[in-house]
Amino acid sequence: MDLLFFLILFPFIAAIVLLLIKSDNVRGAVVGVSALLIAAVSVWLLAAYATSGTVFFPVSPEPMGELMFLIGMGIALFILYMGVRYKNYIAIALTIIQSALMVYFEFGISHGVVPENNFFVDQFSIIMALIIGIIGSLICVYAISYMKDFHQHHPELKDRRRMFFFIMFVFLTAMFGLVFANNLAWLFFFWEITTLSSFLLIGYTQTDEAMKNSFLALNMNLLGGLAFAGALIWLATTGGGMELDKLIATGGIIALIPAVLISFAGITKSAQFPFSSWLVGAMVAPTPVSALLHSSTMVKAGVYVMVRFAPVLQGTTPGFMIALIGGFTFLLASAIAISQSNAKKVLAYSTIANLGLIVACAGIGTYEAIWAAILLIIFHAVSKSLLFLCVGTVEHQIGSRDIEDMSGLITRMPKVALMMLIGMAGMFLAPFGMLISKWAAIRAFIDVPYGLIFVVILAFGSALTVFFWAKWMGRLISVTPPVEDAERRVSRTEWLVLSFLAGLMVLATVLFPLISSYLVEPWLLAIYGHVTLLAQENVTIMLIMLFLLMVLPISMLYYKKDHRQLKPYMGGMTTTNRMHFTGAIGIDREVTLSNYYMENYFGEKIMSKIGIPLCITLIVVMFAGVAYAGLVH
Amino acid sequence: MSIIYAVLFLLLAPIAGGLIAGIDRRITARMQGRVGPPILQPFYDVGKLFEKEKVVVTSSQNFYVLCYLVFIALSGALFFGGGDLLLVIFAFTLAHVFLVLGAYASNSPYSHVGAERELIQLMACEPIIILSAVGMYMVTKSFYVADIAATKIPLILFIPGLFAGFVYILTMKLRKSPFDLSTSHHAHQELVKGVTTEFSGPTLGSIEIAHWYEAIFLLGFVYLFFSWSPVIAVIAIIIIYVFEIFIDNTFARVKWPLALKSSWLITAVLGILNLAALYIIGGLLK
Repeated sequence: MDLLFFLILFPFIAAIVLLLIKSDNVRGAVVGVSALLIAAVSVWLLAAYATSGTVFFPVSPEPMGELMFLIGMGIALFILYMGVRYKNYIAIALTIIQSALMVYFEFGISHGVVPENNFFVDQFSIIMALIIGIIGSLICVYAISYMKDFHQHHPELKDRRRMFFFIMFVFLTAMFGLVFANNLAWLFFFWEITTLSSFLLIGYTQTDEAMKNSFLALNMNLLGGLAFAGALIWLATTGGGMELDKLIATGGIIALIPAVLISFAGITKSAQFPFSSWLVGAMVAPTPVSALLHSSTMVKAGVYVMVRFAPVLQGTTPGFMIALIGGFTFLLASAIAISQSNAKKVLAYSTIANLGLIVACAGIGTYEAIWAAILLIIFHAVSKSLLFLCVGTVEHQIGSRDIEDMSGLITRMPKVALMMLIGMAGMFLAPFGMLISKWAAIRAFIDVPYGLIFVVILAFGSALTVFFWAKWMGRLISVTPPVEDAERRVSRTEWLVLSFLAGLMVLATVLFPLISSYLVEPWLLAIYGHVTLLAQENVTIMLIMLFLLMVLPISMLYYKKDHRQLKPYMGGMTTTNRMHFTGAIGIDREVTLSNYYMENYFGEKIMSKIGIPLCITLIVVMFAGVAYAGLVH
Repeated sequence: MSIIYAVLFLLLAPIAGGLIAGIDRRITARMQGRVGPPILQPFYDVGKLFEKEKVVVTSSQNFYVLCYLVFIALSGALFFGGGDLLLVIFAFTLAHVFLVLGAYASNSPYSHVGAERELIQLMACEPIIILSAVGMYMVTKSFYVADIAATKIPLILFIPGLFAGFVYILTMKLRKSPFDLSTSHHAHQELVKGVTTEFSGPTLGSIEIAHWYEAIFLLGFVYLFFSWSPVIAVIAIIIIYVFEIFIDNTFARVKWPLALKSSWLITAVLGILNLAALYIIGGLLK
């Protein structure tokens, strides 16, 4: 109980303190200590509740509920102010509608509904809390030195770092609240705080582009929020109750309608087609923000609620539509990633794709699919945070986030390049986590009705994934003529965070059978009454592969010793030192190599033209399906 | 899992693979009106490569080739040991990614282009290989190679579409024309050796050995389609291989977009139709 409240309230207290501190050094210390505490308590939470199943914490709804309502109205006023100031009428309209719904909910219908068990913790909450508490706080630590560099690189921008760290920690508070809330109205309160936080963080630099993209994110998420508010009103009027656990246990049409509405909110939050553009636009924010949004917060909140509602969605038409939206998003976003050379955009599309896979699993909703979904959530969080932070560090040292400019990074920044390679391997290669999860997803899809559609999507999607990651890896490891070592200027805190995350990546792969058997399987057993068991020999084989991958680099020592080094072949001409060759009439020419991007096949515009109408149609069918089910009922 | 078969694969596959390569060269020569080299020529070639000077552009490229060899051998061993077919496929992909990385590492223009093309081929082949495994699972209810190999059901009759798609990409995997885009066995296709341009001596020899392992693994995959009758399976493998040689000698290399588009189209049409048919039949039988 105390642990839970500590995790929800402490980041908020830290946030307030950070808002008041002006000195860089004190801020660094406060962030560091708070991050350490949050991470430690998340691990403590694991130790305390890992084996105790679902534990409820009755909290009196007075005065917490009233307080949340007041804060919610305050947020609405703030968004209205921002909407008026930046003349964004959609934001104003959405906020007014939503506030009206919430006022109606609070004063008109919610009395009589008095939930008892407002907070709870179970194995899935623990997993989420670990992701938020460890990865989220590591990102905050990384941000200390990154933001200092950031303002040195951009003297034209106003230094709003107090505000920055305030929101980063508020974000953590909201995420903890979200994963521990059993009262859906409270969950919605935290949900809206994540929307607001991401809006403020994306607009951090206050440039025109940043403001435009932050409003895009805000509006899409407010639209989702509207559906969420609709779900609350439905529950209050039909007497479905506000408690998540009871609702899921009840199932049926009473639960299906709110489940679909909330899943729609989840689709907006986890940036599925047609709402993917906000997450891509969010990359205007400083890199730690992207890392936070993509790995441990925001988008994970979206898939979190959908996985929660998976048992309700299982085997229903709307659930199948949700799965299709996820599946097509996975396929198309993976294709778009091929055509991008901006590293942050590739990462963004890869996130959208992987979330799509999680959404597909949630929509299918069988215990096998959910097993895969939770593993995807875990491994994606680790890999993606590592990759974003590496790109951030590289960008500050070489002044570019373009993949082509990262050629030969292995010679210029060997350690960072190695960590990036580990992160990328984690995203698509055996025996690392994401691949295990995709494998599990294939097996889960085969056995459900019409699941073959997803198997086919996955087969093509993984092929696309291999292509864009491997060609990026190729740029990093190509050994170019030596230039200055760009790695010395990287700060110690950044090293600390990067090495920790890289270690976590390998550790998670080694420990995943334990994560599965101690956390995921008991949770699934409690909800579904079945579990997926891993074949022991496959686990052994994967560990052998991991071992080989760690041992084989030793061979480098031998290859460095007695091999004569030559220049690369340049078509018969004598090559000079730095990738030059003598062309026709004796002109000295330089060779530059670049990757294939296949714009004509996989361009952003082409794919969006397919994806957006397709997924809008699926959403319409989803709502039609649930409306029909409601009428028949 | 049977360790014995895995070990036998590790020991015998290079010998069998080398012999097949020798016979391949002989048949190819006859098709071109030449006498051709002795059957054992591939072994002489590789033996000679191992005596050559160790020359590199960058020492890391040898590391990637070593990983390529190790993981190709591992995926073959898992396959012949009767392991999980999906895991085998993933290990096989990992191995190829290492070959591609080795080619990228040297930062040489020719091997760079070779690497990009090898990746495109990887992308072209992956879907049908996974779908074939899925098709085999749908019929036999198991992903384990041991179970699929022991089945009494004539798989080929249930998954002919997947088989056709697999044979199509087999041309790519065996580096045969018209899909020998990333590197070719034939001098008439290219002057510079694509993905293998910057490898020489023992490293090139290792790639050759890995290729022998790969060939045996792929033929083993073909075997699974016919596994209910070993005799028919062996005959099928011989026919398929001779057919591949014939194709190799009658087609000129195509450009990569055609290779990618055609293999994906075939996968999409034949693969999906075949799986859909299986699904419907499965539903009717229930």
